[in-house]
Amino acid sequence: MQKKTLSAKLLASPHIVWSVLFIIAPLIMVAYYSFTNADGNFTLENIKALSDYKEVFLNSIWYGILATIICLVVAYPTAYFIARSKLRVQSTMIMLVMLPMWTSLLVRTYSIMSLIENTGIINTFLEKIGIGPLQMINTPGAVVLGMVYDFLPFMILPIYSVLTKLDNKLVEAAHDLGASKVTVLAKVILPLSRSGILSGITMVFVPSVSTFYISQKLGGGNFALVGEVIEGQFVTSNNFNLGAALSLVLMVLILICMAIMNHFSGDEEESGGGLMP
Amino acid sequence: MKKFASLLLALIVMLSFSVVAFAETSPLTDEELQAKYKELAGTSINVYNWGEYISDGSEGAMNVNEEFEKLTGIKVNYTTYDTNEAMYTKLKSGGAAYDIVIPSDYMIQRLINEGYLQKINFENIPNYKNIMDEYKDLYFDPQNEYSVPYNVGMVGVIYNKTMVKDPEKSWSLMWDKEYKGQILQFNNPRDGFATAMFMLGIDVNTQDEAEWQKAYRMLIEQKGVVQSYVSDEIFNKMESGSAAISSYYAGDYLLMKDNNPDLEFFYPEEGTNIFVDSICIPKSSQNKEAAELYINFLLSEEVALANAEYLYYATPNKTVIENEDYSLRDNEILYPQKEDMPKTQYYHNLDQETLGLMTTLWSELKIEGTSNTAVYIKLGTVAFIGLVAIIFNTVKKKKREKLYDV
Amino acid sequence: MSTKMNFSSKLYLGLVYFFLYAPIIVLVIFSFNASSSTSVISGFSFKWYSELFNDADTMNAIKNTLLIAIVSSVFATVLGTAAAVGIDRIKSKYVRSAIMNTTNIPMMNPEIVTGISLLLLFVFGAKLMGMKSVLGLQTLIIAHITFVLPYVILSVLPKLRQMDRHLSEAAMDLGCTPVKSFFKVVLPSIMPGILTGFIMAFTLSLDDFVISYFVSGPEWQTLPIRLFSMTKKRVKPDMYALSTLIFFAILVLLMLINFMQARGEKKKEKDR
Repeated sequence: MQKKTLSAKLLASPHIVWSVLFIIAPLIMVAYYSFTNADGNFTLENIKALSDYKEVFLNSIWYGILATIICLVVAYPTAYFIARSKLRVQSTMIMLVMLPMWTSLLVRTYSIMSLIENTGIINTFLEKIGIGPLQMINTPGAVVLGMVYDFLPFMILPIYSVLTKLDNKLVEAAHDLGASKVTVLAKVILPLSRSGILSGITMVFVPSVSTFYISQKLGGGNFALVGEVIEGQFVTSNNFNLGAALSLVLMVLILICMAIMNHFSGDEEESGGGLMP
Repeated sequence: MKKFASLLLALIVMLSFSVVAFAETSPLTDEELQAKYKELAGTSINVYNWGEYISDGSEGAMNVNEEFEKLTGIKVNYTTYDTNEAMYTKLKSGGAAYDIVIPSDYMIQRLINEGYLQKINFENIPNYKNIMDEYKDLYFDPQNEYSVPYNVGMVGVIYNKTMVKDPEKSWSLMWDKEYKGQILQFNNPRDGFATAMFMLGIDVNTQDEAEWQKAYRMLIEQKGVVQSYVSDEIFNKMESGSAAISSYYAGDYLLMKDNNPDLEFFYPEEGTNIFVDSICIPKSSQNKEAAELYINFLLSEEVALANAEYLYYATPNKTVIENEDYSLRDNEILYPQKEDMPKTQYYHNLDQETLGLMTTLWSELKIEGTSNTAVYIKLGTVAFIGLVAIIFNTVKKKKREKLYDV
Repeated sequence: MSTKMNFSSKLYLGLVYFFLYAPIIVLVIFSFNASSSTSVISGFSFKWYSELFNDADTMNAIKNTLLIAIVSSVFATVLGTAAAVGIDRIKSKYVRSAIMNTTNIPMMNPEIVTGISLLLLFVFGAKLMGMKSVLGLQTLIIAHITFVLPYVILSVLPKLRQMDRHLSEAAMDLGCTPVKSFFKVVLPSIMPGILTGFIMAFTLSLDDFVISYFVSGPEWQTLPIRLFSMTKKRVKPDMYALSTLIFFAILVLLMLINFMQARGEKKKEKDR
């Protein structure tokens, strides 16, 4: 048995080698730039300059949290219903969730803008039925909408994959023991799908904090998100040092958020004590 | 006698001068060019250009790269970038060798200063004679050694005449409170700041912090009336009438006008930005001679005409302007009459400190107006909920453990 | 756990799909626009489709993009699945979370940071090996594998957590070799996770612009690079036509697969 675990552990070694080469090494480079100035001398200036960007960081994290919660609320029932549909159509439905992402982000963004623009398709329609034009684009809501649209499939897929082949006997047993539908959902199905939810949250929250294209276009560039600020440092002012420092801090902040979230998952091998009590 | 001597001297000087000049710039003849093509056929060049910045065969236009390959047998590897700065990062990294790049003026200045470009051998470019004199000896390349002008453009103000009635030809239109929520501003710091600087009469190339702060305050003031900060999406917003006023490049205005005839354009009286995108050869070039033949090809009348028709930008090539088939030759926006010519200013490369200042001020402009306390309250609430949940969880777990113990 | 869906769940799914597909419908409409605008409709025409097929550069870019997406997502799926199995067996919580957090770094960084740091790394590596012009297909594929890897691992891990550990042990007790028990017991039960991971990896690779931009060389332009660099001028509806074509091709393919499966099932029933 011992031998088997060891050989299974070895399966992770190619990944670890890969990570050291292409994740850790670039990370060291980022760290090096963060603590040096343009001449390559050690400095804390970049870290000190970060205090100018407090609000940008906090705003981005707030939007990220908001988008993640909305994604979760929308995605869970979606994944649940897909997993309950006929086996044959399940794979098709999952592919249909992903398919919109196969068209370019740029084209998709333009299309969403055509929809929610002040003189766009939705507002033209609303005007016709007399609800007057609504200000949708260039609002914080549009920024979050962009994030949700972009990341929703990444919440649906992992939840779906744990819900499919979920041990049906457990659900039936709970029913037999007199549990109501809601109780079954809250006490049996939700806790059992927790690992999928956690993966989904990671895949939505982590990238959404640093994203900017879709949300920048929908927000009309009125809101500074950290991804945009970092891009500006790298590209516009060609200041790799400050840009690297900003992204290092972003990384630390995300890690803290993730650590808090992981606390909820607790000892994953045990059931119970889940995300929702 | 004295007179004769001085005359003779002058003659000699003139003769020798012209001989030297002749030796320096004797361009290749057609036969020599053909020989060069034969010699270099089978090699390849890496061309790095802006996206959509060459006539590529769509809508029946000439496919420039394909024609060059056909003519010379030199293969063109063509890739594109979207900003000067993105191209600069790639070039600077040294990860790939490019034979042709087409940066804008201020970026050429930086590339020359930092030693990333090499001198072009103009003997291989007989068509250089087609370039208008006004686009020679430009500030970034005063000796005409490193660059060959490709396209010229100016920034102006676009407005929708159904929404804006007879505006004054001034940048102040973009600050007009009457059009609150209908104005689009550039979403890149250099062009954005320039609008405020032209309006205030500040030199756009200033390195004085106080002047940048002044322009910054102007932009803060403008933020209240701006609908959004845009780049490429400006086409959709102006064409569909979602916005009334914006500022963009003249050539692109003409493209928009094709889709929405209500759009009008003017050059502000306070002055505006002019830019030249020029063809350069990076130091890393592996096939310099073929690159020069490519430049020569781009400057030929036929190709330059195809590009000018396709791109809608002003051309620095006199054979095109003199060509009667050129549909835009009488366009007064691309080629204003002398008396209508606005005051213009090129961007120069800014030093690192000013660039940093500009970027910082620009992000501050974006943050301006978003309430800090609101964000603290929101995040505080989230943290509090998280904390409660953690405590609740721990208590529950302990309880359960106790249960099992019993 | 497949059961029949009731009306309200169907309605809910319908709404979610409508949300996902509303922009797609818009872009399909604009792909038939007669003018070059992507915001004002001025008539019906197929001209952008013929433009698209005459555009050799775009066709070439599509080829490159597909090649890179397929190679990197297959490689990442194999590497990531193996890694997930290994990580799952690691008992120490700290080692496990250290590996996971490292894996997630490409997701945390803004793409431009990942892109530029990989660019600098490749150039540095090339200098060490005395190579010139390192950027090309190889760097694109390495970069793509790196940034899609976390998605694969995060998809496979939950399925492993969910799996009954004792199953593979039982299989071995019954005489299976570890390798055999992996392929006969573990792999089938984590298959949904592997598949969703693969789909995500492929999707992300297909549409990446920023990272690809920095690690691509002069001979390997991908479709997103081509598309995003058009933004200085304008994006014409031929790009919409391309998206429409891709979309309908996949849709038809899905329906075909579905149809074939349905027939297969019926046949099976008959045979019984």
